[in-house]
Formats: sequence, structure tokens, C-alpha cells
Amino acid sequence: MIEVRELRREFKVATSKGLRRNYKTVTAVDGVTFEVQAGEAVGYVGPNGAGKSTTIKMLTGILVPTSGHITVDGVDPSRQRRDLAKRIGVVFGQRSQLWWDLPLRDSFDLLRSIYRVSAEDYRKRLDECVELLGLQELLITPVRQLSLGQRMRGEITAALLHAPELLVLDEPTIGLDLESKERLREFLADINTRRGTTLLLTTHDLDDIERLCPRLMVIDHGRVLADGPLDELRAEVTPDRELVIDLREPGPAPDVPGVTAVRSEANGLRHHLTFRRAETTAAQLITQVVRQVEVHDLAVVEPEIDDVIRKLYQRQLDQDVRR
Amino acid sequence: MADLIYPKLIGARLRSQLSYRASFAMDFVTQVLAQGYELIVILILFTQINALGGFTKNEVLLMYAFAGAAFGVADLFAGQLDNLPTYIRTGSFDVLLMRPLGTLPQIMCSDIRLRRIGRITGALAVMFYALAQVPIDWSPAKVVLTIVTPMAGAVIYSAVWVVACSVCFWIVEGREFANAVTYGSNAFTSYPINVYSRPLRWLMAFIVPGAFVAYYPSLALLGKQDPLGLPGWVGWTSPLVAALAATVAGFVWRFAIRHYRGTGS
Repeated sequence: MIEVRELRREFKVATSKGLRRNYKTVTAVDGVTFEVQAGEAVGYVGPNGAGKSTTIKMLTGILVPTSGHITVDGVDPSRQRRDLAKRIGVVFGQRSQLWWDLPLRDSFDLLRSIYRVSAEDYRKRLDECVELLGLQELLITPVRQLSLGQRMRGEITAALLHAPELLVLDEPTIGLDLESKERLREFLADINTRRGTTLLLTTHDLDDIERLCPRLMVIDHGRVLADGPLDELRAEVTPDRELVIDLREPGPAPDVPGVTAVRSEANGLRHHLTFRRAETTAAQLITQVVRQVEVHDLAVVEPEIDDVIRKLYQRQLDQDVRR
Repeated sequence: MADLIYPKLIGARLRSQLSYRASFAMDFVTQVLAQGYELIVILILFTQINALGGFTKNEVLLMYAFAGAAFGVADLFAGQLDNLPTYIRTGSFDVLLMRPLGTLPQIMCSDIRLRRIGRITGALAVMFYALAQVPIDWSPAKVVLTIVTPMAGAVIYSAVWVVACSVCFWIVEGREFANAVTYGSNAFTSYPINVYSRPLRWLMAFIVPGAFVAYYPSLALLGKQDPLGLPGWVGWTSPLVAALAATVAGFVWRFAIRHYRGTGS
């Protein structure tokens, strides 16, 4: 669906020193290579200024790469912008493609004409989105009166009316409340699994990734730091897991082989046992623990996705320093 | 039917405006008045003089009316290009690039302002008055010329607008410059061009082809000699000049878009 090879994009940035104006070249995307297969759901994450949006703009044909090669659904985005537009759907969390002063339905009607969707297909697709996203009441509301969450549901419907095989979402959940976020994620997961629509989304909300994207790509300083299934990345950069046990009576932590660190709290009522996932399984550990102490409750804690990404950045920094 | 998309986009825009009825009515009146001010300036001028550059009051009014009508129509379609800096700054321009349509027609249809019809109405009224007053040796060809002139003028102004606003792709706040060129050329073409100094005349007549909006067609209609010595058939060439201007504007716009996508926002 998407093929990117050695993608590079430079910007000339003006730096003013007194009256003189100098230009320096900033590389926003620096040799990015990846592939996305049809039907995948990929999370594209990185800090602000990492090159995410620039990559998205090149994938959607808005920007032309400085060098490198892109194919999206068999089309070169920079050369065949309009052709590409008919094949993909794009949602930008922070800009709207709806008509501000018109009822939501009018925007959909206009997009139907722009994308030349047949009346029958249009009705079928619109009905589906309206039902799944709960838009019935909102169709006659002018867009300017919609809440952000309602508007985003409208934006996503708008992007799907021409039944694109690929949906690109740039921060789709930004600024939404928890309920709206969850509703969007559920819908996106549904079109991905049921309809097979390929998803590529950038986000700062790592719950989006956890919920939607089996595959994670991390970018920083224009380079891909990591690319793979979330579980693998987690195992690779954070080899430690944690077993939390709550005891019935306060007492010392059990001494179990395979535990690399112990942290106790609540006067010995709760203990955090750190262990290496490669060396010990949680099951082995638990068997040992319950032999020694009386356990009230226990839980295995995986490192948070934020930790995974932070560690990835840290690893990259270390490598840069060593070089 | 799919090709009806642009009328639909315009229709959508019109419906949007009607959701703010009161401000629409006020804007309409303001536009009629704005056009009226320029008219008053000309009328006051002619209480002091009998001729301007060898042209009578009614002949000058005819040029003023041609220019006004052409500018009004151009403003209707190309005036929204003034919003280009906002489009670029807020990223709305990227939304236009994501659609399977050309960017220029999308912008032109994005903000048709009905209130600008106020300006056109005023100009047309003066045009009919002046046509009735000035001595014209009418022929079928001249009738056609009368009808075609405001249309060709509108195309010329629109082309000027497109070229001037393309500057915003390089200098995002280039709007002041663009307005100086567009509104400036309107003020210029409302008067006989021989009243201006030579460098300004050359600039505004041939680089920005403003003289073909009203001045030369008026000469042809009136059957007058060009005081500047150009042959009489020049007055009939406005449609050609308009086509040329539109072509140039198209190329400039494409070049600007290529620059935008090449260096980004």
C-alpha cells in the first residue's frame, strides 16, 4: 500500500541576525524507509518536530520530497496529486475539510460531488458511518456549532465517503475527551478489521497505538528509530517486567531466584519484584512467591508505552554520543 | 453531472452567507456606496474642468463604468484570493491540495461574496447612463464590443489578481502588495490613461494590461483617435489580451504552487 525508500526532505529556514538574513538548511526527514502492507494499522509516533507531519505531507502529495522515492497505492504522490486524492482519505486533527457554516450533510453532499461518488454508494457509506458514529442528530447542524468530538466524527466520515483503501490520520484524537476518543478508536479498529482499510496514524496519545496499531514506527530527528510490533519493541528496549504482590500481613519481601530488584511500600504490605522477561516467567515467579508468603493480591505490570518510547529515544541519544 | 461541482461549491458558499443575513445586507449597501464615492470624485472634478485628457465627463464616466463593472466581476471570483495568506498560515491550503480538484478554481469558488454584486450594479447603472449620453456611431460590432468589454476586463483583472496574490507563496504577508496592484489598477483604469505620466502609463497599460479594460475599448466605441498614437484596432483586442493574461496567470499560479509544495509552509 505504501512504499517509502530513502525519503529526505529539507527546508530552508531564515535566520535573522540584525539586518542580514541568512538561510540554513534543516533536514526534517532524513532517509526514512518503510513499507506498509494493505490492511495494516500503523502508528507513527515521535516528539514534536520529529518529522511526522512532513512525512505525512509527502505521503499525501502536499509536499514534494527533496529526494527519495514514494509510492502510495501504486501512485507517485508528488506527480499524481489528484489521482492520489481519489484513492486515499486524509484526516487532519487540527484542520477541517468541512464547510464551516453549512449543515454537516451539505459538506458530505459536496464531497460526494467532488469525488464523484455514485448516489447509491454514497447513501450506503454515509448510512454506515452515520450509524456507527452516531451522527443522525448532527446531520442538520452547521459545522461551526459542533463540538470538537462531533466534528472529528464528521471529518472521518468525510474522508471515507469515497471508500479509500488507505486512511491517513494526523493526530485524530487531539483535544478530544476520553469518551470521544474511545468512540473514534472503536470505529477505526472496526473499519480496519472488517473493511480492511489500511490505517496510518500519527498521535501523541499512546493509548491510540495500544488500542489500534499492532505496529509502531518511532521517528525522531527525521530518522526511524524503531519499527515493529509493539510487543517486540517493548521486549527489546525494556527487558524488565514487574510483579506486584500485596501481602495479607506486613512482612519482608519473599526471596525468590530470578528477581533482580525489590522495592517495598506500605510498611511491607506491598512489594514490587523486578525480573527479566528473558530469564524468568511470571508463572514461575508466582509459584515461588506463594510458597513463601500469604498473598492477598498480585499483578504483572508491563512497562508503559511511554516508557518504551522514552527508552528508544534514550538509546538513540546514547548511540549518537558514542559516535 | 460531475462537472457541475464548481457551481455546487459556489452554491454552498452562497448558502453559508445567507446564514448571516443582517451582515450581508449591510455589506451590500457598503459596496454600493464604495462604488459611489469614486463616482462623486469624478463628478466634482468635472465641475472645475470641461475635459480630462481630451475626454468629456460622460466619456470618462463610460471608462469608469467599464472598469467598475469589470472589477466588480473580477472581485466576485478572484477577490477571495486576498484570503490566501490565511489559507497558507492556517494550513487550509493543504486541505485544498488533498482534493482531486485544481487549487485555483477551489479558492475562487470558496468565497463568492454576493455583496459584491452591489458594486457591479452601481457600475452597470452608470454604464447605461453614459452609453446613452455619449455620441456613438452604433453598429452590430460595437454592440458586441460593449457587451464583451466588461467580461474581457473581468478576466484581465482576475489574471492580475492571481499573479499579484501568487506573491503570498513567497512572502506570506504579501497581501498589501497584492492589494496595491489589484485595487491600484482599478483606480488607474477608471480614468483616461493619457492623464498619467509616461512610466506609470507603460507599467499599468502594458505590463499590467489595465488600459485594455476600459480605455482602448472606449476609444473604439467612441471612434476617437488615441492621443498616444496607437492604431484604432487596438480597442478591439481586449479579448485577446484577456486570453493572454489568463494564460500567463495560469503559468504563474502553477509555478507558485510548485514552489509551495517544494519548500513547504
